[in-house]
Amino acid sequence: MSAQYYVSPEQLMKDRADFARKGIARGRAVIVASCADGIALIAENPSGSLHKIGEIYDRIAFAAVGKYNEFESLRQAGVRYADTRGYSYSRFDVTGRGLASVYAQSLGAVFTAEAKPFEVELAVLEIGESPEDDTLFSLNFDGSIAEQPGHIIMGGDTPALRESWNGYWSGKDLNAAGIDEVIRAAAHVLPGVGESPEDARLLEVAMLERVTSTGSHRHFRRLDTPTIARILGSRK
Amino acid sequence: MIELGPGPSFFEHLTRDRPDLLPATSTVPLGEATIKAPHGTTIVALSYADGIVMAGDRRATMGNVIASRRIEKVFETDHYSVLGIAGTAGIAIDIAKLFRVELEHYEKIEGTRLSLDGKANRLASMIRSNLQMAMQGMSVVPLFAGFDTFAGSGRIFSFDITGGLYEEVEHHCIGSGSPYARGALKKLWEPGLGATAAVKIAVEALYDAADDDSATGGPDPVRGLWPVVYTVDATGAHRVEEPILSDMAREIIAERTASGKEA
Repeated sequence: MSAQYYVSPEQLMKDRADFARKGIARGRAVIVASCADGIALIAENPSGSLHKIGEIYDRIAFAAVGKYNEFESLRQAGVRYADTRGYSYSRFDVTGRGLASVYAQSLGAVFTAEAKPFEVELAVLEIGESPEDDTLFSLNFDGSIAEQPGHIIMGGDTPALRESWNGYWSGKDLNAAGIDEVIRAAAHVLPGVGESPEDARLLEVAMLERVTSTGSHRHFRRLDTPTIARILGSRK
Repeated sequence: MIELGPGPSFFEHLTRDRPDLLPATSTVPLGEATIKAPHGTTIVALSYADGIVMAGDRRATMGNVIASRRIEKVFETDHYSVLGIAGTAGIAIDIAKLFRVELEHYEKIEGTRLSLDGKANRLASMIRSNLQMAMQGMSVVPLFAGFDTFAGSGRIFSFDITGGLYEEVEHHCIGSGSPYARGALKKLWEPGLGATAAVKIAVEALYDAADDDSATGGPDPVRGLWPVVYTVDATGAHRVEEPILSDMAREIIAERTASGKEA
């Protein structure tokens, strides 16, 4: 029998956390912000089909950074959780808080028990009647969960992005801004994206609309590249 | 072999993980005659120039008793399709609800909508799973219609209790009042109808069904109950508003009163 080396729990957790953090920082960033028109989800993502942003339920959306296969399986599990819940209880009983806490539990379990932690960071967002009623949860690879009012920035060089974002909005009110303004702000802040209409294909943008144009119960809407290009082009 | 993860079907997910949530597809004890449960009746669908119209009356019956005067049997299942159901109301409504989640679930998991043929095939397999109940008299027969965004036209599909899937042309009806509604549609339908004309024909066909079939409810001006009517075209499924239906139904009643025919 081979001898087992002793590793202190502190060291073990630190190694795992460092490993996960490194994986996440390698990826491109996602910005989520709640504004007057709804919640805007903006990702730097040159792929038109491998999404980082997704619809979960009527008023709930999902955004992630990190390893695609890991967050995609979490997104699909979230859709299954929400649809099962809405089908067996009622559409009204599916909440962002419920989903976020299930995610926190499974991320936490994987972080401590599995061979390797998930290299992902998630955001679970639920739209309310006004920007003050929106709930934005951010979830970490170790299962830690935080409610962040206003906006969430994940992935990439987060501290630098946060500084640049706060600089953009100093003296301006994010809660009163329209979706177009938020998209232009994100294009300004995200390092790999320019501010001209040609950069629209580098962005993946979706929103949870506060009021749906079709009167549908589903508030999630993806913006196509021509729409994003038009918004970037209309900079004042 | 590598096992691929769960597919995009909500129905399969429930069958595997939560069979307790499926519609009542288990068998009932043999020897019992038919179970007395409310039944829904007539649904009509017809094509027009831009898409299709589907309409259903508002009655559910249990033997000779009217179980409900205001039941709704036509549902918008996603942006481009509608579903009408006849048969045991409880199971039928559950299947319609499950089918709606099935389509939305696929759309969210895959990031794209199912084709209209794909939707019809999914529905057929859900009906097939109810075969055992159907043999006990608890059958559910749907009528499915929608706008095929690839073909750019409206299409109508009918089913049988074994899950058989048949594409219909021009128009189709299901339920106990369908022979009478079919007669009306044969005389009234013509190619290239406008939306308003098509909706009126659907309401009139239901009127004829209610005239001769006691299980089909006619328009009810006393309670203000009108058929449920949907149109589906390239812009999506739209429910026809009550005031429009009310005017149409009153117009039909007035025309029939004026013509003075008794039979």
